[in-house]
Amino acid sequence: MVLNIAIGIVALTFGVLADSAGLSLAKAVVMSALVLTGASQFAAVSVIKDGGSAVTAVGSALVLAARNMLYGPVLSPWIRGGLGRRAVAAHMVIDETTGMAAAASTREDAERSFWFTGITLTVLWIGGTALGVVLGGRIGDPDRWGLDAAFPAAFLALLAPQVRERPGQVAAAVAAALTIVATPITPNGVPILVAALAVIPAMIVGRRSDAR
Amino acid sequence: MSWSAILVMAAGAYAFKAIGLLVLGGRTVAGRMQPLVGLLPAALFSALIVQQTLVSDGELVIDARLAGVLAGAIAVWRRAPFVVVVLVAMAVTALVRAAA
Repeated sequence: MVLNIAIGIVALTFGVLADSAGLSLAKAVVMSALVLTGASQFAAVSVIKDGGSAVTAVGSALVLAARNMLYGPVLSPWIRGGLGRRAVAAHMVIDETTGMAAAASTREDAERSFWFTGITLTVLWIGGTALGVVLGGRIGDPDRWGLDAAFPAAFLALLAPQVRERPGQVAAAVAAALTIVATPITPNGVPILVAALAVIPAMIVGRRSDAR
Repeated sequence: MSWSAILVMAAGAYAFKAIGLLVLGGRTVAGRMQPLVGLLPAALFSALIVQQTLVSDGELVIDARLAGVLAGAIAVWRRAPFVVVVLVAMAVTALVRAAA
Protein backbone atom coordinates (compact mmCIF):
# COMPACT_ATOMS: atom_id res chain seq x y z
CA MET A 1 0.00 0.00 0.00
CA VAL A 2 2.85 2.37 0.82
CA LEU A 3 4.17 1.76 -2.70
CA ASN A 4 0.80 2.87 -4.07
CA ILE A 5 0.82 6.06 -2.00
CA ALA A 6 4.27 6.85 -3.36
CA ILE A 7 2.95 6.20 -6.88
CA GLY A 8 0.10 8.63 -6.26
CA ILE A 9 2.60 11.35 -5.31
CA VAL A 10 4.82 10.57 -8.30
CA ALA A 11 1.69 10.87 -10.48
CA LEU A 12 1.14 14.33 -9.00
CA THR A 13 4.66 15.35 -10.03
CA PHE A 14 4.02 13.89 -13.49
CA GLY A 15 0.91 16.05 -13.75
CA VAL A 16 2.89 19.14 -12.75
CA LEU A 17 5.58 18.34 -15.36
CA ALA A 18 2.96 17.68 -18.07
CA ASP A 19 1.33 21.01 -17.27
CA SER A 20 4.68 22.83 -17.50
CA ALA A 21 5.35 21.09 -20.85
CA GLY A 22 2.10 22.54 -22.18
CA LEU A 23 -0.04 19.39 -22.15
CA SER A 24 -3.75 19.90 -21.54
CA LEU A 25 -5.51 18.15 -18.68
CA ALA A 26 -7.17 15.79 -21.17
CA LYS A 27 -3.90 14.86 -22.86
CA ALA A 28 -2.05 14.27 -19.58
CA VAL A 29 -4.86 12.12 -18.17
CA VAL A 30 -5.32 10.12 -21.38
CA MET A 31 -1.55 9.55 -21.53
CA SER A 32 -1.50 8.26 -17.95
CA ALA A 33 -4.50 6.02 -18.57
CA LEU A 34 -3.29 4.56 -21.88
CA VAL A 35 0.49 4.47 -21.47
CA LEU A 36 0.59 3.63 -17.74
CA THR A 37 4.38 3.40 -17.56
CA GLY A 38 5.80 6.11 -15.33
CA ALA A 39 9.38 6.26 -16.56
CA SER A 40 8.30 6.43 -20.22
CA GLN A 41 5.83 9.24 -19.56
CA PHE A 42 8.38 11.32 -17.65
CA ALA A 43 10.88 10.81 -20.48
CA ALA A 44 8.46 11.79 -23.24
CA VAL A 45 7.13 14.88 -21.50
CA SER A 46 10.65 16.02 -20.51
CA VAL A 47 11.72 15.84 -24.17
CA ILE A 48 8.72 17.97 -25.17
CA LYS A 49 9.37 20.44 -22.36
CA ASP A 50 12.99 20.83 -23.53
CA GLY A 51 11.76 21.61 -27.04
CA GLY A 52 12.45 18.18 -28.59
CA SER A 53 10.38 16.64 -31.37
CA ALA A 54 7.45 14.27 -30.87
CA VAL A 55 9.43 11.52 -32.63
CA THR A 56 12.29 11.84 -30.10
CA ALA A 57 9.77 11.95 -27.24
CA VAL A 58 7.95 8.80 -28.35
CA GLY A 59 11.24 7.05 -29.19
CA SER A 60 12.80 7.62 -25.78
CA ALA A 61 9.54 6.63 -24.10
CA LEU A 62 9.42 3.33 -25.99
CA VAL A 63 13.05 2.45 -25.21
CA LEU A 64 12.13 2.79 -21.54
CA ALA A 65 8.95 0.77 -22.04
CA ALA A 66 10.81 -2.11 -23.72
CA ARG A 67 11.75 -3.76 -20.44
CA ASN A 68 8.08 -4.48 -19.76
CA MET A 69 8.36 -7.06 -22.55
CA LEU A 70 10.51 -9.13 -20.18
CA TYR A 71 7.88 -9.08 -17.43
CA GLY A 72 5.26 -10.85 -19.59
CA PRO A 73 6.89 -14.31 -19.39
CA VAL A 74 7.45 -13.85 -15.63
CA LEU A 75 3.79 -12.99 -14.99
CA SER A 76 2.18 -15.24 -17.60
CA PRO A 77 1.74 -18.41 -15.47
CA TRP A 78 0.07 -16.36 -12.70
CA ILE A 79 -2.61 -14.71 -14.84
CA ARG A 80 -5.61 -16.97 -15.32
CA GLY A 81 -8.52 -16.46 -17.69
CA GLY A 82 -9.35 -15.97 -21.33
CA LEU A 83 -8.06 -13.57 -23.91
CA GLY A 84 -10.15 -10.61 -22.70
CA ARG A 85 -8.94 -10.90 -19.12
CA ARG A 86 -5.33 -11.33 -20.29
CA ALA A 87 -5.62 -8.31 -22.60
CA VAL A 88 -6.70 -6.19 -19.60
CA ALA A 89 -3.95 -7.67 -17.41
CA ALA A 90 -1.39 -6.91 -20.13
CA HIS A 91 -2.01 -3.18 -19.70
CA MET A 92 -0.68 -3.46 -16.15
CA VAL A 93 2.50 -5.49 -16.87
CA ILE A 94 5.01 -3.07 -15.30
CA ASP A 95 7.76 -2.90 -12.64
CA GLU A 96 5.47 -2.50 -9.63
CA THR A 97 2.94 -5.24 -10.43
CA THR A 98 5.70 -7.72 -11.35
CA GLY A 99 7.57 -6.83 -8.15
CA MET A 100 4.57 -7.36 -5.89
CA ALA A 101 3.47 -10.57 -7.67
CA ALA A 102 6.96 -12.09 -7.69
CA ALA A 103 7.28 -11.46 -3.94
CA ALA A 104 4.18 -13.58 -3.20
CA SER A 105 4.74 -17.08 -1.88
CA THR A 106 1.91 -18.92 -3.67
CA ARG A 107 0.47 -18.81 -7.16
CA GLU A 108 -2.90 -17.54 -5.86
CA ASP A 109 -1.23 -14.79 -3.83
CA ALA A 110 0.82 -13.77 -6.85
CA GLU A 111 -2.31 -13.45 -8.96
CA ARG A 112 -4.17 -11.51 -6.24
CA SER A 113 -1.16 -9.23 -5.70
CA PHE A 114 -0.90 -8.53 -9.42
CA TRP A 115 -4.54 -7.44 -9.77
CA PHE A 116 -4.67 -5.51 -6.48
CA THR A 117 -1.46 -3.61 -7.21
CA GLY A 118 -2.38 -3.07 -10.86
CA ILE A 119 -5.88 -1.71 -10.22
CA THR A 120 -5.03 0.54 -7.26
CA LEU A 121 -1.96 1.80 -9.10
CA THR A 122 -3.97 2.62 -12.24
CA VAL A 123 -6.55 4.58 -10.26
CA LEU A 124 -3.92 6.52 -8.27
CA TRP A 125 -1.78 7.13 -11.35
CA ILE A 126 -4.64 8.66 -13.33
CA GLY A 127 -6.08 10.56 -10.34
CA GLY A 128 -2.66 11.87 -9.31
CA THR A 129 -1.91 13.04 -12.83
CA ALA A 130 -5.17 15.00 -13.02
CA LEU A 131 -4.58 16.61 -9.64
CA GLY A 132 -0.99 17.48 -10.60
CA VAL A 133 -2.09 19.25 -13.79
CA VAL A 134 -4.76 21.20 -11.90
CA LEU A 135 -2.43 22.22 -9.06
CA GLY A 136 0.47 22.88 -11.41
CA GLY A 137 3.43 24.71 -9.88
CA ARG A 138 1.68 25.13 -6.53
CA ILE A 139 3.14 21.80 -5.37
CA GLY A 140 6.61 21.93 -3.84
CA ASP A 141 9.38 19.52 -4.81
CA PRO A 142 8.45 16.10 -3.31
CA ASP A 143 12.11 15.04 -3.43
CA ARG A 144 12.49 17.26 -0.34
CA TRP A 145 10.76 14.41 1.56
CA GLY A 146 13.02 11.79 -0.03
CA LEU A 147 10.32 10.51 -2.39
CA ASP A 148 12.97 9.57 -4.97
CA ALA A 149 14.38 7.02 -2.51
CA ALA A 150 10.97 5.35 -2.00
CA PHE A 151 11.12 3.34 -5.23
CA PRO A 152 14.63 1.90 -5.01
CA ALA A 153 13.92 1.04 -1.34
CA ALA A 154 10.64 -0.67 -2.25
CA PHE A 155 12.43 -2.70 -4.93
CA LEU A 156 15.14 -3.66 -2.43
CA ALA A 157 12.42 -5.22 -0.28
CA LEU A 158 11.00 -6.94 -3.39
CA LEU A 159 14.48 -8.13 -4.44
CA ALA A 160 15.17 -9.81 -1.09
CA PRO A 161 13.12 -12.99 -1.74
CA GLN A 162 14.75 -13.30 -5.20
CA VAL A 163 18.31 -13.49 -3.85
CA ARG A 164 18.01 -16.21 -1.22
CA GLU A 165 19.91 -18.65 -3.45
CA ARG A 166 23.12 -18.48 -5.42
CA PRO A 167 21.73 -18.03 -8.98
CA GLY A 168 19.53 -15.11 -7.88
CA GLN A 169 22.50 -13.49 -6.13
CA VAL A 170 24.62 -13.82 -9.26
CA ALA A 171 21.81 -12.39 -11.42
CA ALA A 172 21.39 -9.38 -9.11
CA ALA A 173 25.12 -8.67 -8.75
CA VAL A 174 25.90 -8.99 -12.46
CA ALA A 175 22.84 -6.90 -13.37
CA ALA A 176 23.92 -4.13 -10.98
CA ALA A 177 27.41 -4.10 -12.49
CA LEU A 178 26.06 -4.11 -16.07
CA THR A 179 23.75 -1.19 -15.26
CA ILE A 180 26.65 0.87 -13.92
CA VAL A 181 28.85 0.05 -16.92
CA ALA A 182 26.10 0.67 -19.50
CA THR A 183 24.72 3.92 -18.04
CA PRO A 184 27.41 6.33 -19.32
CA ILE A 185 27.56 4.75 -22.79
CA THR A 186 23.93 3.97 -23.73
CA PRO A 187 20.72 6.04 -23.87
CA ASN A 188 18.29 6.07 -20.93
CA GLY A 189 16.38 2.78 -20.69
CA VAL A 190 18.97 0.64 -22.46
CA PRO A 191 21.06 -0.21 -19.34
CA ILE A 192 18.14 -2.15 -17.84
CA LEU A 193 17.81 -4.20 -21.03
CA VAL A 194 21.57 -4.90 -21.01
CA ALA A 195 21.33 -5.89 -17.34
CA ALA A 196 18.74 -8.56 -18.19
CA LEU A 197 21.61 -10.53 -19.79
CA ALA A 198 22.76 -11.24 -16.21
CA VAL A 199 20.34 -14.18 -16.16
CA ILE A 200 22.72 -16.13 -18.44
CA PRO A 201 25.73 -16.35 -16.07
CA ALA A 202 23.26 -16.82 -13.21
CA MET A 203 21.68 -19.84 -14.94
CA ILE A 204 25.11 -21.36 -15.60
CA VAL A 205 25.94 -21.03 -11.90
CA GLY A 206 22.60 -22.69 -11.08
CA ARG A 207 23.32 -25.61 -13.43
CA ARG A 208 26.72 -26.17 -11.86
CA SER A 209 25.31 -26.32 -8.35
CA ASP A 210 22.53 -28.66 -9.53
CA ALA A 211 25.09 -30.99 -11.09
CA ARG A 212 26.95 -31.33 -7.83
CA MET B 1 2.50 16.99 -27.84
CA SER B 2 -0.11 15.86 -30.36
CA TRP B 3 -2.90 13.33 -29.79
CA SER B 4 -1.38 11.09 -32.43
CA ALA B 5 2.00 11.04 -30.64
CA ILE B 6 0.25 10.08 -27.40
CA LEU B 7 -1.66 7.27 -29.13
CA VAL B 8 1.46 5.91 -30.86
CA MET B 9 3.24 5.93 -27.52
CA ALA B 10 0.32 4.13 -25.87
CA ALA B 11 0.14 1.50 -28.63
CA GLY B 12 3.89 0.86 -28.48
CA ALA B 13 3.92 0.61 -24.69
CA TYR B 14 0.96 -1.78 -24.76
CA ALA B 15 2.62 -3.98 -27.38
CA PHE B 16 5.69 -4.45 -25.16
CA LYS B 17 3.55 -5.20 -22.11
CA ALA B 18 1.17 -7.56 -23.91
CA ILE B 19 3.45 -9.68 -26.05
CA GLY B 20 4.56 -12.06 -23.30
CA LEU B 21 1.12 -12.52 -21.77
CA LEU B 22 -0.77 -12.97 -25.02
CA VAL B 23 1.74 -15.21 -26.80
CA LEU B 24 2.24 -17.49 -23.82
CA GLY B 25 -1.48 -17.49 -22.94
CA GLY B 26 -1.05 -18.68 -19.33
CA ARG B 27 1.61 -21.26 -20.10
CA THR B 28 5.13 -21.03 -18.83
CA VAL B 29 7.95 -20.71 -21.35
CA ALA B 30 9.59 -23.87 -22.75
CA GLY B 31 11.63 -26.00 -20.33
CA ARG B 32 15.14 -24.87 -21.16
CA MET B 33 14.19 -21.19 -20.97
CA GLN B 34 12.33 -21.48 -17.65
CA PRO B 35 15.38 -20.94 -15.37
CA LEU B 36 16.20 -17.76 -17.31
CA VAL B 37 12.69 -16.37 -16.78
CA GLY B 38 12.84 -17.31 -13.09
CA LEU B 39 15.99 -15.22 -12.71
CA LEU B 40 14.65 -12.16 -14.58
CA PRO B 41 13.08 -10.50 -11.51
CA ALA B 42 16.40 -10.69 -9.60
CA ALA B 43 18.28 -9.12 -12.53
CA LEU B 44 15.68 -6.48 -13.44
CA PHE B 45 14.89 -5.36 -9.88
CA SER B 46 18.60 -5.06 -9.14
CA ALA B 47 19.11 -2.96 -12.29
CA LEU B 48 16.12 -0.77 -11.34
CA ILE B 49 17.52 -0.20 -7.84
CA VAL B 50 20.91 0.84 -9.23
CA GLN B 51 19.31 3.07 -11.84
CA GLN B 52 16.97 4.79 -9.38
CA THR B 53 19.69 5.21 -6.75
CA LEU B 54 22.73 6.22 -8.79
CA VAL B 55 21.45 7.66 -12.07
CA SER B 56 20.17 11.17 -12.68
CA ASP B 57 19.53 12.54 -16.18
CA GLY B 58 21.37 9.59 -17.72
CA GLU B 59 24.56 10.05 -15.69
CA LEU B 60 25.99 8.24 -12.67
CA VAL B 61 25.82 10.45 -9.57
CA ILE B 62 26.21 9.93 -5.83
CA ASP B 63 23.68 11.95 -3.84
CA ALA B 64 21.37 11.72 -0.83
CA ARG B 65 19.45 8.82 -2.40
CA LEU B 66 22.39 6.48 -1.84
CA ALA B 67 22.38 7.12 1.92
CA GLY B 68 18.63 6.51 2.06
CA VAL B 69 18.76 3.32 0.01
CA LEU B 70 21.65 1.95 2.13
CA ALA B 71 19.56 2.65 5.23
CA GLY B 72 16.69 0.83 3.50
CA ALA B 73 19.03 -2.10 2.80
CA ILE B 74 19.85 -2.36 6.49
CA ALA B 75 16.12 -2.34 7.24
CA VAL B 76 15.57 -5.16 4.70
CA TRP B 77 18.45 -7.12 6.25
CA ARG B 78 16.88 -6.64 9.73
CA ARG B 79 13.64 -8.05 8.24
CA ALA B 80 11.73 -4.80 8.79
CA PRO B 81 8.23 -4.62 7.25
CA PHE B 82 7.91 -3.18 3.73
CA VAL B 83 6.46 0.14 4.93
CA VAL B 84 9.33 0.62 7.40
CA VAL B 85 11.92 -0.04 4.67
CA VAL B 86 10.40 2.61 2.42
CA LEU B 87 9.90 5.19 5.19
CA VAL B 88 13.44 4.73 6.57
CA ALA B 89 14.90 5.26 3.09
CA MET B 90 12.78 8.38 2.52
CA ALA B 91 13.57 9.85 5.94
CA VAL B 92 17.34 9.33 5.64
CA THR B 93 17.36 10.75 2.11
CA ALA B 94 15.38 13.79 3.22
CA LEU B 95 17.65 14.37 6.23
CA VAL B 96 20.88 14.04 4.23
CA ARG B 97 19.45 16.34 1.56
CA ALA B 98 18.39 18.93 4.15
CA ALA B 99 21.82 18.78 5.81
CA ALA B 100 23.72 19.16 2.52
